[in-house]
Amino acid sequence: MILAVASGKGGTGKTTVAVNLARVVGSPILLVDCDVEEPNAHLFLEGEFGEEEVVGIPIPEVDKSLCDGCGECGRFCEYRAIVSFGEAPLVFPELCHGCGGCALVCPKRAIREVERRIGVVRTMRAGPVTLIQGVLDVGSPMAPPLIRAVKTSLRNGEPAILDAPPGTSCPVVAAVRDADSVLLVAEPTPFGLHDLALAVEMMRETGVPLGVVINRCGIGDDRVHAFCAREGIPVLLEIPDDRRIAEAYSRGRLIVDALPEYRRLFEVLAEKTLRSVREGVGE
Amino acid sequence: MKIAFSSSGDDVHSPLDPRFGRAPKFLVYDLETDRYEVVDNRRSLDAAQGAGIQSAETVARSGAGSVVTGHCGPNAFRALSGAGIKVYHTDAPTVAAALDLYRSGKLLEARSEDVRGHWA
Ligand code: SF4
Ligand code: SF4
Repeated sequence: MILAVASGKGGTGKTTVAVNLARVVGSPILLVDCDVEEPNAHLFLEGEFGEEEVVGIPIPEVDKSLCDGCGECGRFCEYRAIVSFGEAPLVFPELCHGCGGCALVCPKRAIREVERRIGVVRTMRAGPVTLIQGVLDVGSPMAPPLIRAVKTSLRNGEPAILDAPPGTSCPVVAAVRDADSVLLVAEPTPFGLHDLALAVEMMRETGVPLGVVINRCGIGDDRVHAFCAREGIPVLLEIPDDRRIAEAYSRGRLIVDALPEYRRLFEVLAEKTLRSVREGVGE
Repeated sequence: MKIAFSSSGDDVHSPLDPRFGRAPKFLVYDLETDRYEVVDNRRSLDAAQGAGIQSAETVARSGAGSVVTGHCGPNAFRALSGAGIKVYHTDAPTVAAALDLYRSGKLLEARSEDVRGHWA
């Protein structure tokens, strides 16, 4: 089973929920950090990174002696990553998505593919928790291919908790695809509701069952609760607005370790999400 | 020689658009005949990425040998250079004012891009 933890916006406590949840499971579990632009799940775990795998995408390299400047490659590329002005084309590596199309359409077979590095996937073991984390190279906009590389670790069917990137763009879709259910973390404020509604709309298109975690309960109003009731989305956990939680967070400590009275809340969440995956959340 | 100005409107009194890559139009002025035509650059406006490169293609197709604009990003600059097109930056308010500066030789040819990233 794969449980994805997502949020309509950053800073809602998404990673906190994912890591605390992984911590209380107790049996071997994969924690998959797909927030490749700002990976931070490792800050809350005690362990050392072991293996590191470099991830790249194939980008075109043009053999000028074969190219006749026909421009087919540039007309094909929807990302404007290769363009010809009647001569051998220019390649813009940082725009290339590695689709391989230009090499296919080149009538002169003047294009071969070379690897361009976009980031790494690294692994940390912390007790029963194995963290697999993608780290995108600074400045590379190619999050989705790196997220797919991170997710190859999911193939063997081990239970996994997946920390998705925040927001509602392509990388989020790349992350939550193939998840059995999605937990959306939101704050009970008007902005929180707005971001949650956008996230719900997007997630509904993927067809994955949804549940909501409300973080910092008590800071706002009850409109997020009302929204969930109206949309038929179960609220699976409410984390109170407790200053000690923020303090633990700033010291890189987990809620369930620093504040044992909250441990039970996360255990219940783990039970619910494990069970509800079998029964289907929100159905 | 033809010069392309990034323009927000259809005549020489239009404001010079400061962003090469996201300019809605190019006013392509022929110095020999003193006539101009306006080419649409809307495809670049809609582009999720590579707008500057797309704009460079628009300009190359117009037959212009130079571009006068406010700012031009690194990819656009590389594409324009690749197409043999010279780039001049100015903060002149209108196309006409930029044209005057160009004619009087007051514009310096840019040797590299002047803004990074998403903008142009
Ligand atoms: S591989 Fe695809 S994205 Fe990259 S330059 Fe070729 S056509 Fe464009
Ligand atoms: S399609 Fe091939 S031959 Fe044509 S311009 Fe591109 S690289 Fe050159």
